[in-house]
Amino acid sequence: MRAAVPVLERSAHPPHASFEYVEGWGMAVGAHGRVIRPRSVEEVLAGYELSRREGATLGLRGSGCSYGDASVNAGGHSLDFTAMNRILAWDPSSGVAVLEPGVTIEELWKRILPEGWWPPVVPGTASPTIAGVVAMNIHGKNNFSAGTIGDWVDELDLALPRGEVRTCSREKDADLFHAAIGGFGMLGAFTRIALRTKRVYSGDVEVRAARARNLRQIMEHFEAHKARADYLVAWVDCFAEGEGLGRGQIHEARYLAPGEDPDPAQTLSLVHQHLPATILGVPKSEAWRVLRLFNNDRSMQLLNAAKFSAGRFEAMKGPFRQSLAAFSFLLDQVPNWKWAYGRTGKRGLIQYQVFLPDATAHDTYCEILRRNQRRGFVPYLGVFKRHRPDPFWLTHALDGWSLALDYKVTPENREGLWAHCADLTEIVLASGGKFYFAKDLVLGGRDMRRMLPADKVAAFESLKREVDPDLLLQTDLYRRVFGTRV
Amino acid sequence: MAIATTAQPPQPAEHAAPHEAPPPAPDCGILPEKRRAIVVGASSGIGAAIVRQLVHEGYRVAALARRGERLRGLSEECTPLARSSGGSISVHVHDVRETKEVPALFERAARELEGLHLLVYAAAIMPAVGPDEYDTEKDLDQIAVNLSGCVAWCNAAASLFHSQREGTIVGVSSVAGDRGRRKNPVYCTTKAAMNTYLEALRNRLAECGVHVCTVKPGFVDTAMTRGQEGLFWLISAEEAARQILAAARSRAAVRYVPRRWWIVGAAIRSIPSFLFRHLNV
Repeated sequence: MRAAVPVLERSAHPPHASFEYVEGWGMAVGAHGRVIRPRSVEEVLAGYELSRREGATLGLRGSGCSYGDASVNAGGHSLDFTAMNRILAWDPSSGVAVLEPGVTIEELWKRILPEGWWPPVVPGTASPTIAGVVAMNIHGKNNFSAGTIGDWVDELDLALPRGEVRTCSREKDADLFHAAIGGFGMLGAFTRIALRTKRVYSGDVEVRAARARNLRQIMEHFEAHKARADYLVAWVDCFAEGEGLGRGQIHEARYLAPGEDPDPAQTLSLVHQHLPATILGVPKSEAWRVLRLFNNDRSMQLLNAAKFSAGRFEAMKGPFRQSLAAFSFLLDQVPNWKWAYGRTGKRGLIQYQVFLPDATAHDTYCEILRRNQRRGFVPYLGVFKRHRPDPFWLTHALDGWSLALDYKVTPENREGLWAHCADLTEIVLASGGKFYFAKDLVLGGRDMRRMLPADKVAAFESLKREVDPDLLLQTDLYRRVFGTRV
Repeated sequence: MAIATTAQPPQPAEHAAPHEAPPPAPDCGILPEKRRAIVVGASSGIGAAIVRQLVHEGYRVAALARRGERLRGLSEECTPLARSSGGSISVHVHDVRETKEVPALFERAARELEGLHLLVYAAAIMPAVGPDEYDTEKDLDQIAVNLSGCVAWCNAAASLFHSQREGTIVGVSSVAGDRGRRKNPVYCTTKAAMNTYLEALRNRLAECGVHVCTVKPGFVDTAMTRGQEGLFWLISAEEAARQILAAARSRAAVRYVPRRWWIVGAAIRSIPSFLFRHLNV
């Protein structure tokens, strides 16, 4: 019998709610709806109760940093956890943090770094909430060495849709643990997360840059360096053709060992991690307006080529040290940079991230890059990473590679872009590839079943039926990839 | 809180009988799918005039006010206008003192309109205050209507507009907010507070492209000014509505209506306090 926490009394005060536009981070999808912001477990349960009473479905949402529709619930309500953001416990001797769901990566690292700890897995922005990153089982530039965030979670409290709060871990209720991590909020809401963090001996990492003339060189570099690197990532110029197909710039980083940093107290301080507020004299908050001028195919082709050329100098200067925040949170360097893609009318971007096993990776990625160019849908940004498998049921990760492609979305190109992605998806699935729910907006109804193991999907669906028989928890993503059949 | 009459679905212009067709709607330059507005304080005066103009321009308007009878009258008056313009009007009886009702009512109105791009807060009261009168009840009631209601409605709209990165909030304030006058201390106070609040909201929402417009009408021929002495530059509520919407669309931050009141405002603001206390302006 599973250990169960008794259902708590409903809070006397209803949680704060407002009527808002709820969109995916890439802005290409969104819907108006009620956003309920609980501040306690009781208010989470009150949010369930309220939605059930009104016959509305409920989507769980953190900071809304998933690119696609993972936290969008058109026609229903949203439960937004950003107001439930206390660090419940922090033990600097063991490095275990016990967090409420809405604690952001930024709030976490700022709390723990001065004491010599760092979140073990971080995305490219510090904005996501801990519940969000665990629900999507995110990876970072260190996926090949550190796994996904789920690998670092010790224990979870999960508020199930029928009002029971259940504690689970690898030992206790292991099925629920492995299904809920990466289960994109469809089984329940995390109300408490115990996370192991990573000991660091400096606030800096040592970064090396290298240039690669094509995709093969990038892959060879990764394979040669992955044993000694903690982080590996490559930027890919998606405009380059022919011999230069898949060319790019590699960044490799490693944590410093004890003693390497002469003054760790200084580099671990928040002041040292602080990102500058201006770029070339332009206040960062307005820099997106400048970027908007370049947000077209021709300028992006030039910018990508210029970046590749300039990479030569970075590669020449040899290893250099960079603060953990500056190295990790590239997407936070220019606030609101995504507005360069548009601000209204579902203009924005999608990120189409293709995960492929080693055997098919190189040729399939080259085919994708060529097809992009042939069809006139060239991503403005390509990011290449190395991955490893993990035990979570719906995980995207595999022993292989990923290439993340940022496509601009406009009302004019939308239909064509979706059709293009559908073509690419066929190639990817035929090559044994996978996709990632934190990014995806284009997979069709049957694609998910072709990419995930059938037994895992069946087990997930069975668990969903058990804990949420009336399908209270839903999102656009859930309806799109799982269909109504559960 | 109840819907007094139902929304009129937009109807094609050819359905209107030719003999009762009002003049064609002026092109307001706003995309049809963005003609969605909530007007609070719509039963009379400037609020009602704004509703009439918006409906005439093809907006779908949710009109809110305390007095249901008047709202029904406004709805009947606007229905033929809506028919020819493609707009619509729905009315909701609501007392802005009931700020707890606001989130749910805002959500319902925005859902019915299928989106929202404009909120106009025009509700205000200005009871006569005797020279020796210091009536706390009466004063706090003005704060409730003129200020608390404004904060409740603008907050609801700000939250939506911030998340959708577009929308306009118009607060109908007053030249009275420029100075503390002896005649109606709390009315002036509420308008001054409203000016500051709207300015803060404007600054806070500027980054995401949402506009907040503070309008300061001078003397407008409405129930509020009726019977007052010494009025000058008096304009009709319709003219005020026209100028207010024009100000909002030009993304003016603060606009005197009519604009020449800016001179009066500047002059009055510059009078030193030791003189101002002896003046009856």
